[in-house]
Amino acid sequence: MASVSKPIPSVTPEMAGFYEGTRRGQLMVRQCEGCGELHFPAHSFCSSCMSARAKWVPVSGRGEIYSYNIMHQVYHPGFATEVPYAVVVVKLEEGPKFVSNVVGIKPHEIRIGMPVEVTFEKMSDDVMLPKFRPRAT
Amino acid sequence: MSTDLRAKCAIAGLGQTRMGRNFDHQSATGFAAQAIDLALEDAGLKRTDLDGLLVNPGLTWPDATMASFSLQQAMGLRDLTLSATMNIGGATAAAMIMHAAHSIAAGMAKVVACVFADAPLKPPAPDQAKTGSAAAYGFARGLNAAYGQFGVNAMYAFVAQRHMHLYGTKQDHLGAIAVAQRQWANLNPAAQFHDTPMSMADYHASRWVVEPFHLFDCCLVSNGGLAVIVTSAEQAKTLKHPPVYLLGMGQGHPGGDPVDTLVSGAPLAKQIAFKMADIELKDVNFAELYDCYTFTVLVTLEDYGFCKKGEGGPFVENGTIGPNGSLPVNTGGGELSSFYMWGMSPVAEAIVQMRGEAGRRQVPRHDIGLVSGNGGILSTHSTLVLGASA
Repeated sequence: MASVSKPIPSVTPEMAGFYEGTRRGQLMVRQCEGCGELHFPAHSFCSSCMSARAKWVPVSGRGEIYSYNIMHQVYHPGFATEVPYAVVVVKLEEGPKFVSNVVGIKPHEIRIGMPVEVTFEKMSDDVMLPKFRPRAT
Repeated sequence: MSTDLRAKCAIAGLGQTRMGRNFDHQSATGFAAQAIDLALEDAGLKRTDLDGLLVNPGLTWPDATMASFSLQQAMGLRDLTLSATMNIGGATAAAMIMHAAHSIAAGMAKVVACVFADAPLKPPAPDQAKTGSAAAYGFARGLNAAYGQFGVNAMYAFVAQRHMHLYGTKQDHLGAIAVAQRQWANLNPAAQFHDTPMSMADYHASRWVVEPFHLFDCCLVSNGGLAVIVTSAEQAKTLKHPPVYLLGMGQGHPGGDPVDTLVSGAPLAKQIAFKMADIELKDVNFAELYDCYTFTVLVTLEDYGFCKKGEGGPFVENGTIGPNGSLPVNTGGGELSSFYMWGMSPVAEAIVQMRGEAGRRQVPRHDIGLVSGNGGILSTHSTLVLGASA
């Protein structure tokens, strides 16, 4: 039986700048042009100052594991061969949190506070997906 | 905050359909109508006595944006003076009861039905793994789905894992809550897990859904409907059952990032509700706490102040919340072992206890009961303080 692909995110107009960045190997977050706050993902206005103007800016791609779970149930056939797999929340050095996966490590080796850095996985011609790998401090 | 509403209104009727794998109706609307009729009968009232209808539609209501309107049409209810569809997740049930009480106290309605119904289970087989495009999953248009993050279990798991990291909360602590509630369910003939004992070893042996949640950490998704009738205290005294007085009511919605919501909206909601009821925590005889997960109970116990922040684990360790414990919690088995009707599950059990109709699981003191509702990954919260006397 042919394996089913994982879901590929839609490159919507509000997220286009994010995927342009990932194709260049850069992790991007949203910066409010009113107050300078950093956000992720894109919202239609800033929750601090209500400004509707924001731009995509690159961040270091470094952060640490803020929390995680280990998914044992198959919610989508694209993940059927991977269970159990971990989903993590990475707190970026610059502040925003990012839901992702960690590569190069087994799910049960993940610890909160573990330092990680971004890496990219090609999903399609349009979508390079940011993931994270452990890094030395 | 005005305390004018203390004991001005009461719950006079309770109606619940058969829960769980119940396929008596094809849709939530049918379960809702059945639950309201049962609640009216329980109160000794008729459909024509209703002038208010508040609906929390759940996930499968056919036309959820106008649920109260569609239910009114379906039931042939005429000349209502209060109607609304409400949704703040599991905090809605208590919030509907507050809205009913406000309207009754203001003279804008006299007899209000508050109902939750849902029909997520489909015969003959439950849904298999979901398919479809990532866009269907929302949030950054499918980005979470690309990482395999699906559903509410996975979101609560993030928060539970933070709690375990920061406070040393153990898997056994979550297990102690599951085991205690199963003990209560074994005393409740209406519970889906009646007559099905569970030990800590059984808990650990149950399959993982999303770590740190085993199957028995998660609520029992159910078909059914549950309704209550709210009226003035004066009118309630003339009806079939002793009134269950609404002594205090409050809401609290902290906002912010759900992953950081280690303190729920309970402290804010409690402050308002307890002041209105003029009670302190030590006055509470039993608590029916929203339990979509074992972890929710643990956080809620901390946030009402039954123990300090971070000490929910040790608090539940030695049978504190089970039968014969010092604080009876979720005395019907709760949403983990009895049935999941969002915030209506804890409301219903509190009414049964307060009326003294709980049979083998009846708690000895039931003058003042605490009910909590929670939604939005611990981001919405509502509190009711119920009293057997005004």
